[in-house]
Amino acid sequence: MVETFNNLLLGFSVALQPQVLMYAFVGCFIGTLVGMLPGVGPLAGISMLLPATFGLDPIIAIVLLAGVYYGAMYGGSTTSILIRLPGEAASVMTCIDGYAMTQQGRAGPALAIAAIGSFVAGTLGVVGLMLLAPTLATFALRFGPPEYTALLLMGLLVLAYMTGGSIPKTLAMAGFGLMLGMIGIDAMSGYTRFSFEVVELSDGIGIVPVAVGLFGISEILLTATQDIPSLPKNPSLRELMPSRTEFKQSIGPIARGSALGFLIGIIPGSAHIISSFISYGVERRVSKTPERFGHGAIEGVAGPESANNAAATGAFIPMMALGVPTSPVTAVMIAAIMVHGISPGPMLITEQPKLFWGFVASMYVGNVVLLILNLPLVGLFVSLLRIPYSYLYPCILAFCILGCYSVSNSVVDVWIMLSMGGVGYALRKFGFDLAPVALGLVLAPMLELSLRQSLAMSAGSYAIFIERPISAVMLGFGMLMLLFSLKPLLSKSNKKDWRSSAGLDEVS
Amino acid sequence: MDRQPAPSGGRQLRSDQVSGLMLVALALYVWWMNRAYPMGSLSEPGPGYVPFLLAIFMGVMGLLVALSGGKSMPLAAIQWTEAKRAIALLAACGVAAYALERLGYRITMAALLVFFLGVMERRKPIMVATVGIGFSLVTYYLFAMLLRVPLPVSPWGF
Repeated sequence: MVETFNNLLLGFSVALQPQVLMYAFVGCFIGTLVGMLPGVGPLAGISMLLPATFGLDPIIAIVLLAGVYYGAMYGGSTTSILIRLPGEAASVMTCIDGYAMTQQGRAGPALAIAAIGSFVAGTLGVVGLMLLAPTLATFALRFGPPEYTALLLMGLLVLAYMTGGSIPKTLAMAGFGLMLGMIGIDAMSGYTRFSFEVVELSDGIGIVPVAVGLFGISEILLTATQDIPSLPKNPSLRELMPSRTEFKQSIGPIARGSALGFLIGIIPGSAHIISSFISYGVERRVSKTPERFGHGAIEGVAGPESANNAAATGAFIPMMALGVPTSPVTAVMIAAIMVHGISPGPMLITEQPKLFWGFVASMYVGNVVLLILNLPLVGLFVSLLRIPYSYLYPCILAFCILGCYSVSNSVVDVWIMLSMGGVGYALRKFGFDLAPVALGLVLAPMLELSLRQSLAMSAGSYAIFIERPISAVMLGFGMLMLLFSLKPLLSKSNKKDWRSSAGLDEVS
Repeated sequence: MDRQPAPSGGRQLRSDQVSGLMLVALALYVWWMNRAYPMGSLSEPGPGYVPFLLAIFMGVMGLLVALSGGKSMPLAAIQWTEAKRAIALLAACGVAAYALERLGYRITMAALLVFFLGVMERRKPIMVATVGIGFSLVTYYLFAMLLRVPLPVSPWGF
């Protein structure tokens, strides 16, 4: 514990440097904007900023990008509450009761509770990250190729369980992502695969063009004809103050949302989205007056908003401790660190203590910055929404092209982004979830390498995965999740499983 | 979203049946392409080994999607109201991607925004010019000058 405290002090000595503080502020500010604007989720925002971080110190780069990520979680709530338009998917559940509160003239308390809940959850999440990541990293030193293979397979199976929609469709999308990851030079043999004689494809397909295409471009293609509804009056600072009863009603949901979101954040998938859906379902279930939900219950704002922020922090644990991304966002952040020659993984915390603890401390600072940004400056952010969407989306598209081109100064990346935009648009029309595609693409090289190394270690015997206890447990857990997810398909009972009850069908 | 009761009369093609068969077709294509790469042995898997496994996996999942898609949304019920606009947006971005390294960043972006705002959105010419030219110049200054991200320049040095 003393060691953790000393490490945290080291982190604060980094995070409180004026330059780091400034970039944390810039990241949070951009993140809040990104979260508010429809069509630009945290992933597209981070991807577009990625090239700008190449010339920065790695600590500053990661602080800036993390600020965008959790800033987007905060920002998404504002448009959900005021105009029933979720700036990003994790805020969908906040629309229900948040907008109902706005219609009742209680937009101020809804915005305040969303910001306070996000602050508390974000801070508790950082405490969890601080305590859990080093322990997990020490444990992960025992991992060899079979354990990594089992871990990655478990991640994909858990994702299939958590997503809630059709299991074959989710797994097919993960398979599609893994296939995209096969493009380029094979690290073990040097063969160039599926490159269609395009030289740029020899390096493989990057996560940035795929992520921006699938999530950013496809969203704009779907929504370009819509316009943002008219805005209500900006709430004044005095109107933001929730009543004592509202505070009391929010304590439980914030605590439950923080714990739930943090735990779900560690699991692969769109954790910040899933956690907000589950939190809403839980709050409705534990409430003594569930009939208030949908008509302006403050618990329906406090729970999901806390959950999505805690999940955003929880997602950093496997990223930092194992070097394994659990979402497309953390995958892009891993790319940002690797550009600087630093590999996330079990050795990161011991080899780069300044980076890890500076990052942890900057998240404490970032949460305070966001609380300041989101309460007194809410009016300023809302004013930006008065820009007609017909002006916004062309600029967002231009930013997407700029961001993708600048990653490796290649027009091929822009072509990939546009192709993925078209593919994402069609897949969404057919009801497919896109997160597994991005996740599969990122995990593909790791999965292929560890699988082939495992088979080489065992002279071609797949039994190695069940002979080694850690990989056997992980594969067993993954299979259990798969069986659970198949249960509703096999069962003839009409009873909904917990994912449907929590509204998870709507995620996909 | 994709679960709807089947109508009583007539056999309609369902969305999941079509998308499942498309996935099977993609799996077959990958399998066909993968023949060019050595499979290796189990103890020393070659570069074609994992793509082969993935093609089988995709094919099986595609079949499952197609076979279990009997109650999904009818193909004809999918709304494509914004499709024409989406194609126009993508095509314009494609032209911009082609022009980017030929005409330079500033001219391409200004032209792209003028097309979006002036032709597609029919905004006032003064606003179209201000946003189009302003965006390209400001972002060029921000990225190329301040952040030192190399952006393409036209043959005329602009």
